[in-house]
Amino acid sequence: MRTSLSERFLDLAVSVFMWGFRILIVSVILFGTISTILAGKYTSEQWIDFVVQGISQGSLYALIALGYTMVYGILRMINFAHGDIFMTGAFGAYFIATWLNNIGFIDGNPLLGLLIPILFAMLVSSSIAMLVERIAYRPLRGAPRLVPLISAIGASFFLEYAFRGFFGPGVYAYPPIKALDGDWVILGVGIQKVQIVVAVAAAAMMAILYSIVMFTKTGKAMRAVSENKDTAALMGIDVNRIIVSTFAIGAAMAGAAGVLNSLMFRQVNFFIGFVPGIKAFTAAVLGGIGNIPGAMVGGLVLGIFESVGPSLFLEGLGIPRPYQLKDAIAYTMLVMILLFRPSGILGERLSGKKA
Amino acid sequence: MNKRLLALLSLLVIASMALAACGAPAAEEPAATEAMTEAAPAATEAAAFECTDEFRCVEIAPGEPIHIAYWGVLSGADSSLGEDSKRGVEIAIDDIGGQLFGHDILLTTEDGGCTPEGGATAAAKLASDTSLVGLIGSSCSDETVGGIAAITNAGLTTISPSNTRPVLTDSARGPDYDGYLRTAHSDAFQGKAVAEFAYNFLKVTKAATIHDGSAYAQALQQVFADEFVKLGGTIVAQEAVAKDATDMKPVLTTIAAAGPEFLYYPVFVAVGGYVTAQVRDVAGLENVYIAGSDGIFTADLLKGGGPNTESMYLSSPDFSAFTGDYAGFIEKHTAKYGGSTLSTFHAHAYDAANILFAALEQVAVVDADGTVHVPLKALRDAIYATKDFQGVTGNLSCSASGDCGAPVIAVYEIVNSDPASWNPASADAPNPKKIWP
Repeated sequence: MRTSLSERFLDLAVSVFMWGFRILIVSVILFGTISTILAGKYTSEQWIDFVVQGISQGSLYALIALGYTMVYGILRMINFAHGDIFMTGAFGAYFIATWLNNIGFIDGNPLLGLLIPILFAMLVSSSIAMLVERIAYRPLRGAPRLVPLISAIGASFFLEYAFRGFFGPGVYAYPPIKALDGDWVILGVGIQKVQIVVAVAAAAMMAILYSIVMFTKTGKAMRAVSENKDTAALMGIDVNRIIVSTFAIGAAMAGAAGVLNSLMFRQVNFFIGFVPGIKAFTAAVLGGIGNIPGAMVGGLVLGIFESVGPSLFLEGLGIPRPYQLKDAIAYTMLVMILLFRPSGILGERLSGKKA
Repeated sequence: MNKRLLALLSLLVIASMALAACGAPAAEEPAATEAMTEAAPAATEAAAFECTDEFRCVEIAPGEPIHIAYWGVLSGADSSLGEDSKRGVEIAIDDIGGQLFGHDILLTTEDGGCTPEGGATAAAKLASDTSLVGLIGSSCSDETVGGIAAITNAGLTTISPSNTRPVLTDSARGPDYDGYLRTAHSDAFQGKAVAEFAYNFLKVTKAATIHDGSAYAQALQQVFADEFVKLGGTIVAQEAVAKDATDMKPVLTTIAAAGPEFLYYPVFVAVGGYVTAQVRDVAGLENVYIAGSDGIFTADLLKGGGPNTESMYLSSPDFSAFTGDYAGFIEKHTAKYGGSTLSTFHAHAYDAANILFAALEQVAVVDADGTVHVPLKALRDAIYATKDFQGVTGNLSCSASGDCGAPVIAVYEIVNSDPASWNPASADAPNPKKIWP
């Protein structure tokens, strides 16, 4: 294609500006990092703590992000009610865990005391997600893309305030598992048991999910539907069934994340899904939306940046109270990714039809 | 198709912006116009009463209720704070038999959500209601910061039972606050008391603080820090987190690096719970003293904070220093609601409502047929003129800048982390238990 001189000049100006911007960002971060390290305020144990805290928070983001990314991969739609699906799982688990705790079951069988609430939460979340899909999304399948998005926001509010109506606005305390108090020492570093359990459980869930998608018939069908719905239907795949199972599996991951989140932070409330939902969406975009390993990487990267960032480079830049800007780090990363690599860390370039 | 959709959307956006822009003045308009129409018939019909009030008069016909409002936080993690004060107002209404001048008292409530935006919305809604005579609220200083202008400009007056940010009753607070008084203490007292407790009683010299960006927490931790330094201590870290943050370990790790002996976080329930639940897991903070203030003086903190709340310190108004019949109030509370009080400001709300009723009795004009006229400016002046009012919390007199409280602060220690054991008013097994002064 022939372009005029002025157009080529404009292109050049834009790319010079973008490069300048990238260099600016990187040098600001480098400057902050170096001055923090030179100041020597933190010991290496403390840096390891920051990273471990980031990994456990990040693996929660990753688990939730999987639901966003799977639904997007298949329907090209952002399921904004997903954060609240996470909340419903936490509530389900709260009730069964409190009951198990009251009859003294959790103290006797800590492993089952962890697993039963997780399974129950996955069940609750999946059922609610399937209902939401049937009521709020399926009738709008052929509508313009904004319509299901708005329906999703409506579903999100509906879930939040329905739970508020049922269970009140107050805080519920998730019963702690006593066997998970204290530290495990790994390579000479004491790490909290809860954090390890959360990270390991999240990794296991993601491994299960990945094998479902890659090695089972349903997973194959999911990938086919994601590739092209009409062709998949012609090949004899029940598209509706596959979409429902996508929602169910994504929601199960969110439900499990709800339990792990409650284990780490105790508080269960009708509104706990909102912020993690948005963060997980950020993580999904960061990793490349529609891409499953991308969601995992995105979640971990986001968690670690949020945890390490304030003390690593904001403090070095002389910013007072850097932890207030934790969210700013997350969303700045989102903007950066959208500016410089819209497909995300692991995302493939979406073709015009998909995007 | 796509172009039309886009056009429709942009139209919608423009329309919503226009609506939003009109929203603010629209809230005030009806108040002003209706005030005039209301005053006019009063002047012509009833020869006995002519409204000469600088603002306007609220007219209550026979059979109509006297309408007051409570605004505060009634949803979210901090709903205990607002619900607790609301109960105080309800008990005050019960105590006068639910009636004033033979009219029933109607109490409406509006949720401010403990945020400036929520306070602004609640206040705008209440300010446009011309049947209101007075308000009790808000709960959180943030709500007042957001909403007070609308209330003052509508000619109304509100008495807050639980706002403690010092600047709200500062002599330089500005004309928007003319309609604002409080029966709660100012944090100028509370921050000082906690600093003295830490330095003199616990004998610590290195303290750190965390706030959550709210008007309340930000100011209170700063008062504490200034007073603590004045006493001779050092502030080794002052950090802040977002109000919706959950993972406190990174910020606590940063604080641990500074090596404090005393960690003070006068925040609200959500953040307070997360910090308390996580503080002992951070290396270097296993044995640090932890303390909060009246914003988390509630059983909800025990739910969120778990076993770590045991031996945590909380500052609060000193219940044992109340000069009125606090035991009698608690009896009424137990009879009406059962269980323990939810937070610390129920008695302050009770006093606030009674100050409002006393002022109403002074200024309201009752016609022979039972119609009540309430001149709003006169009502506001009468509330400011409150002197030696015998309340439950003390002997209350309102200053020209709206301070009516009798500030006596105590520090309480949580002795049991089971939320069911929460009962600060209990005589034999109080939890939390007063330990200072």
